[in-house]
Amino acid sequence: MYPSRFSYDAPASVAEAVAILDRSNGEAKVLAGGQSLIPMLKLRFASPERIVDINNIEGLDYLRQDPDGSLHIGALVRHEDVEFSDLIAETQPTLAAAASLVADPLVRTRGTFVGSVCHADPQGDWAATMIALDGRIVAQGPNGRREIAMKDFVLGPFTNALAYNEVAVEAVIPPAKGTRVGSYLKLERRVGDFATASVAIALDMDGATVTRAGCALAGVGGKTIDANADISGALVGKALNAETIEAAAEAVAGAADPRTDHRGSAAYKRQVVKTFVTRILSNIAQTEQKAA
Amino acid sequence: MTSLYEVVPDAPAEGVATRRVTITVNGEKRTLDIEPRLLLAHLIRQGLQLTGTHVGCDTTGCGACTVLLNGRPAKSCTVLAVQADGREVTTVEGLASAQQLDPIQEGFKEEHGLQCGFCTPGMMLAAKALIERNPDPTEDDVRWALSGNICRCTGYQNIVKAVLWAAEKMREES
Repeated sequence: MYPSRFSYDAPASVAEAVAILDRSNGEAKVLAGGQSLIPMLKLRFASPERIVDINNIEGLDYLRQDPDGSLHIGALVRHEDVEFSDLIAETQPTLAAAASLVADPLVRTRGTFVGSVCHADPQGDWAATMIALDGRIVAQGPNGRREIAMKDFVLGPFTNALAYNEVAVEAVIPPAKGTRVGSYLKLERRVGDFATASVAIALDMDGATVTRAGCALAGVGGKTIDANADISGALVGKALNAETIEAAAEAVAGAADPRTDHRGSAAYKRQVVKTFVTRILSNIAQTEQKAA
Repeated sequence: MTSLYEVVPDAPAEGVATRRVTITVNGEKRTLDIEPRLLLAHLIRQGLQLTGTHVGCDTTGCGACTVLLNGRPAKSCTVLAVQADGREVTTVEGLASAQQLDPIQEGFKEEHGLQCGFCTPGMMLAAKALIERNPDPTEDDVRWALSGNICRCTGYQNIVKAVLWAAEKMREES
């Protein structure tokens, strides 16, 4: 298989990339890691007239924490950069847990965090973690930069809120309100398969009290499911105990919208979600207890 | 050189734009005029006649086409050849010298790490990248690093042994 013909540009700056996109009237696609786009080109699901390859733009591969505690992930940070980052391991447990579950190790050397979020695959791991962490995408267009909150960024399956002449230049995760804990669990039949169900949870804690709770689900609906309200209602202002964990698991499982397919029945997938929420929260509670 | 595919004409149609790229393949600098849609796997196999790189699933699933791109393993069926411009590509042909097998290749020989051999080049390059990053991998580390490579003979047990053998040999030599 091979892609349809396209014109190819490899600009050296974001401004140049934006100018090319602006001239292309929506007939161009940005190429970063290419681990979703190139298969789509080969399968002819996508046949853009022009490819704007951003891999030669210097200075987009940063992964840094600002003094205010916010995390900034540049558009050319690969999945494996997140996987092997000490900063992520120490400060972002939800991202750290998801990193080694994204696709397979070979895809992780090429694919990018920001590109994966932009791809807006309902099965996508990073979009789920970004929703749970209340992240946002910074987009650069002809009129400068704007920030788009995750809840407004993913419009539907494979559809994001970027204009045709904008490049997503970074992802931002806001600072923790207290101590950040969380995890990511995914059930897949084998490495690299689509998820049967995935759960991302991120909590900020003040001592034993949950100050902020975020949760998102992948693989159990037509798009990434934002369960932030469901988990917040069950946990914010409370401590993690058997009762609150049960309530959170019930609420989040209720937000899932799975379909019966060859990966399992809808009821089974909902049960997996409930089990994963319970498992993640129980582990956090146990770790807290040991630390106390 | 022009863009070559198995199922389209050897030369791009008249008026089709090509792009000049310089790619270092197994240490040798190559300057080529290629169509932007040419995939790295096709450039390597048809264009450069380095047929050790295999194309299995062609859908980013199997890892048979794995090469090292600037030292990191990548599925060459899912990289445009133009993206390798100015970069280094190592294929399985770049592992051994005329005199000596790479320790990874020796490992596959010693531990019978191949049956049909189709997945082997990809396995070896993924393993090489692992050992460079982690010279003393555990069995779990090896299984994890090779989880993007599929062996349909299901000879995983010996593949893992081969990689562990190679890692040990490389530690002894260093």
